[in-house]
Amino acid sequence: MRDESITRSAVLRVEGVTRVFRTGTVEVHALRGVDLALHEGEMMVLLGASGSGKSTLLNILGGLDQPTQGRVFFRDQDLTRVSDTRLTAFRRDHVGFVFQFYNLVPSLTARENVALVTEIAKNPMSPEEALERAGLAHRMDHFPAELSGGEQQRVAIARAIAKRPELLLCDEPTGALDSKTGIKVLEALDEVNRDLGTATILITHNADIQRIAERVVVLADGKVVRDEPNPERIAPSEVSW
Amino acid sequence: MRALDRKLLRDLRLIWAQALAIALVLACGIMLMVAAQGTQRSLEQTRAAYYERFRFADVFAQATRAPRALLPEIAAIDGVALAEGRIAFHAVLDIAGMEEPATARVVSLPAEGGAILNLPLLRTGRMPDPVRPEEVLINEPFGEAHDLVPGSSFRGIFDGQLRELTVTGWALSPEFIYTMAPGTFMPDDRRFGLIWMNEAAAASAKGMDGAMNDVALTLTRGADERAVIDALDRLLDPYGGTGAFGRDRQESHAFLDSELEQLAGLALFMPPVFLIVAAFLVNMVLGRLIGIERPQIGLMRAVGYTRAEVAVHYLKLAALIGVMGLVLGWGAGWWLRNGMLALYGDFFRFPFVLRDFNIAAVVISAVLGLAAVLLGAMRAVLAALRLPPAEAMSPPAPPVFTRGWLDRLIYGLRLRQTSMMILRSILRWPARAAITLFGVSASIAVLVASYFFFDAMEVMTDSVFGQGNRQQVTLTLNQAQTLSVLDDALALPGVRKVEGAYAVPVRLVNGHRDRLSALQGHFAGAELSRLMDDERGAVALPAEGLVLPALLARALDVGPGDRLRVELLAAPREVLDLPVAAVIHQSLGQEAHIGAPALFSALRLAPQVNQIHLLVDTDAMSALHAQIKRTPAVASLTDWSEVRRQFDESLGENLLTMVAIYTVIGVLIAIGVVYNAARIQLAERSHELASLRVMGFTRGEVGFVLVGEMMLLSLLAVPIGWFLGGWFAAGMIEAVSTDVVQIPLLISRRTYAAAAAVVVLASLVAALMVRRRLDRVELATALKARQ
Repeated sequence: MRDESITRSAVLRVEGVTRVFRTGTVEVHALRGVDLALHEGEMMVLLGASGSGKSTLLNILGGLDQPTQGRVFFRDQDLTRVSDTRLTAFRRDHVGFVFQFYNLVPSLTARENVALVTEIAKNPMSPEEALERAGLAHRMDHFPAELSGGEQQRVAIARAIAKRPELLLCDEPTGALDSKTGIKVLEALDEVNRDLGTATILITHNADIQRIAERVVVLADGKVVRDEPNPERIAPSEVSW
Repeated sequence: MRALDRKLLRDLRLIWAQALAIALVLACGIMLMVAAQGTQRSLEQTRAAYYERFRFADVFAQATRAPRALLPEIAAIDGVALAEGRIAFHAVLDIAGMEEPATARVVSLPAEGGAILNLPLLRTGRMPDPVRPEEVLINEPFGEAHDLVPGSSFRGIFDGQLRELTVTGWALSPEFIYTMAPGTFMPDDRRFGLIWMNEAAAASAKGMDGAMNDVALTLTRGADERAVIDALDRLLDPYGGTGAFGRDRQESHAFLDSELEQLAGLALFMPPVFLIVAAFLVNMVLGRLIGIERPQIGLMRAVGYTRAEVAVHYLKLAALIGVMGLVLGWGAGWWLRNGMLALYGDFFRFPFVLRDFNIAAVVISAVLGLAAVLLGAMRAVLAALRLPPAEAMSPPAPPVFTRGWLDRLIYGLRLRQTSMMILRSILRWPARAAITLFGVSASIAVLVASYFFFDAMEVMTDSVFGQGNRQQVTLTLNQAQTLSVLDDALALPGVRKVEGAYAVPVRLVNGHRDRLSALQGHFAGAELSRLMDDERGAVALPAEGLVLPALLARALDVGPGDRLRVELLAAPREVLDLPVAAVIHQSLGQEAHIGAPALFSALRLAPQVNQIHLLVDTDAMSALHAQIKRTPAVASLTDWSEVRRQFDESLGENLLTMVAIYTVIGVLIAIGVVYNAARIQLAERSHELASLRVMGFTRGEVGFVLVGEMMLLSLLAVPIGWFLGGWFAAGMIEAVSTDVVQIPLLISRRTYAAAAAVVVLASLVAALMVRRRLDRVELATALKARQ
C-alpha cells in the first residue's frame, strides 16, 4: 500500500514546515518541522489532540496561512511566500474546504451556495450534480436555516467538490454532528474520493474515523509522530461513534 | 468607578469610530443651530445697541419743501418724543482718480446744538465747522474707497453748481448701515457715499433756506406708530410729503431685518434633519451592540440588575454619544458664529459687535440633541428589556431567509450569487436598509437645497442683468421731462441707443393694507430695460392696469382683477384707482409696473421720462462720464456692468462659503450613515465573507458584497434624495425669503447631478474604509469561531 502511494505523484508537499504564533512576548510553536506529502487520490486522516497543530497544518496546506519556516509545494509550484493574490487563485482553482460549522451563506439556498463556487470555477460540475453527489438533490431550494446540521454539511461538501478540486480539506466535518448524520457525511466524502479521485485530508478527533482512510497521520506537539498506511480500509457505515 | 460604567466606556471605545460618525452628524445640526441663532441674536443686540446709542429714529418722512416752522407742530403730535428736520438729497460727485461720477446722499447737520437723531458716529477727524460751508463729513467706507482722508477735497454737483468740498472726518450712522445707490441692489462703497454737511450750506445748495425736506422722529414709549404716521402725513401733505414710514420701511433697517430673518430661518429649518438622521444612526448602532451583548444583558438580569438599570446603562451610552456631538457642535458653532459675526460686522460696518453668549441656544440644542439620541436608543433598549434573562443568554437564532414574491422576482433576474447576497440582505433587514437609504437621501437633499442657490442666483442674475436690464448705463433725472429729452441724451458722447422710463414713488393701498413702493412706467417697445418674470421671461405690459410682483401682491392681498388705490407721492401727486392686471414672479424688486400709455392717460398728462437707459460705445465711456459730471439735469448715473460685478462678487463669495459648509455637512452625513451601516454588515457577516475568501474569492469580489450593498442603497437613495431636495429647497426658500427677496425655486440638472455625485462618492469612500477592515479579518480564525 505504502509503495503504491509513492508511485503516485504528490499533489501537495510540505518540507520542514514550522509555524510560530507571536502574541506580545509569548511565542507559540504550533508546528515544529513537519514533512508531509499528499498523493493523488489519497484519503488521509489527520489525528491529534487539541492544540497538536492539525488545523494550523491544514490552513497552511490550503493556502490560508503561510509557514514561518519551511516550504510548501503544490505539484511543482512553490507556494511558500507567494502573494495573497496567488494564494487566492490556488484556493479558487484547486482546493475545496469543508468546515466543522459548515460556513454556508445564510442568505443563499443550497443550490445558490453551491453556485457561489461554480460561478467562479474553471471547470465546475453543475450545482445540481454536486448536490446529487452529496445526496441532497431533494433539498436544493432550501435555505441553510431550513436544513438539519447534516444536510448543511452535505451542502458544504457539494460546494467544496463542485469545482472538481484536486484537494479536499476537511476540518472536523463531523464534529458538530450526531453519529447517524456524521456517517452520511463521511459516506459523501468517501464517495467523492473514490469517484472523482480527489486527494482528501480529513481532520478529526474521532479515532475510529481513521479506519476509513488509506493513510493515517498523527500529530502531537507540532510534529508528525506517526505516518502509516491503513491496510484495512473500511466503509464509513462501519465506523462506530 | 462602577463595573457597569467601566463596561460602558470600553463599549464606547470598541465602537469609537461609529460613535464619532454619529456625533459628527449630530454636531452638524447643533453647529448650524448655535451658529445661526447666535449670529442672529448677537447682530440683533448689536443693532439695538447701535440704534439706541446713536438715536436711530422711529419714523421717517420726506417732503418736497416744508417750512421749518412746521417742526414744533410735528413735535407736538401725540406720541412723538423728539423730531428733527433736515435737508437731504442726492448729488453727483466728481472725485479725483475716478472717471465715472459717483453718487451721494447728502444729509444736513443741524446748525445749533448738533444733531439730536440719527447721530453720525465720528470715526476719524472732526465735525465740520458750522461757519465753513465747504466742510463735510463723509461715511467711512466711501472715504476708505477713495482714500479721502480728512483734509482732502472733492467736488460735488449740487443742482448744477459745482462745489469744492473739504473732508473733515469719517463717520458711520445707524441710519445707513446698509447703503445702496438709488436703483441698485447691492452696496457699492466706491460709487455711493454719504455726506453730512452744515445745514446752512445744504440749504443754500438746494435753495432751502428756512425749509426742510426730510423729517425724522422718535416715539414715546407705547405710542401708536400708525397714528403718528397718519398725523405726520396730514401735516406734510401740503408740502409734497411722500408718505411717512416706520423703521420697517426704512431701507437700511429693512434689509438688515431681512438678513436677520434669513438667519433665524436657517436656525430653524436645517438642524432637525441632522437630529433625525443622528437618532436613526443611534438606533442602528445601539441595536447592533445590544444584539451582540444579549448574553451579557441576560447575565446582568440573572445576577439581579433591574430592567431599569440595564436600560439606563445603554441609554447612558447613547447620551455619551450625544454629549460628544453636543460638545463638537457647540465648538464648531461657536467658531462659525464668530466667523459669521466678523463677516457681517464688516459688511454692515458695525462700529462694535456685541458677542452675546446665547445660553438659550446652548440649552435648547442640548435638550434637542440629547432627546434625539435617546429617542433613537429607546427602541433598541426596549427590545433588550423584553427578553427574559434565560433567553437573552442563549445566542440569537440565525437569521431566517425565506422566499417571498420579491425573491422570486429577483430569481428571474439570474444574478450572480454575490449579487443575490446583497439583495437578500436588503430584503432581510429592510429597516436597516431604510435607515441607510433615508440617511443618504437626506445628505443628497441637504446638498440639493444648498447647491440650488447657485441656480436661483443664475436665474436672478440672468433675469435682472441679462434679460431685464440690458442697458449699459441708466441716468436718473432730477425731474421728469418731456420725451424730447431723449434726443438730448442721444446726442451725449458715444450713445448708440436711448430708452426712456418713468418712475414715481407711490403708496399702494388696499383697504387697511398699504405699502410704500415705486410705480414704474414702461414705454411700448422697450428693448433695454424690460419687465421680467423669473419663470416666463419678458412680460408684455397690458394695455391697462398694474403688474405686481407676487410678494407685493401678497402683502397687499390683491390678485388680478382687484383694484388698488395708487397715491403718487411726488409730482403730479395724483391719486389713481387702478386694476391689477397681472401678478409676476420676481426675486428682487418690489415695484409696481404699468404701461406708460395707461399711466399717462390716467394722469391726463403728456408722456414724460425721468430715467434714461443708454447703450454706449465702450470707448466713449470716459467722455460720457465727463459730460454727465457737467450735466445738472442728471441726478445719478448707474453703470450696470459695475452693479453686476458688485452683485456677483458679494453673492458669489457668500454662496461659495455656504456651499462649502453644506458640502462638508452633506458628506459627513453620508459618511456617518454608510460607515455605520457597513461596519454593522461587516461585523455580522465577517464569518460569511471570510468563508468566501477561503473558497477562493478575491478581496475585490468579497469587497463587492459589502461595498455593493452600500452602493446599491446609495444609488437607490439618489432619486429619493432629489425629491427630498426639492422639498428641502422649498423649505429653505420659505425660511429665508423675506419682504425684500424672494428666491425662485428652480433646480438645475447640474445641481441634482453634483449633489448625487458628491454623496455617492462620499458613500463609496466610507464603504471602502470599512472594506479595508475586511483585509484584516484573519481567515483561519474567522472560520473557527462563531459569534
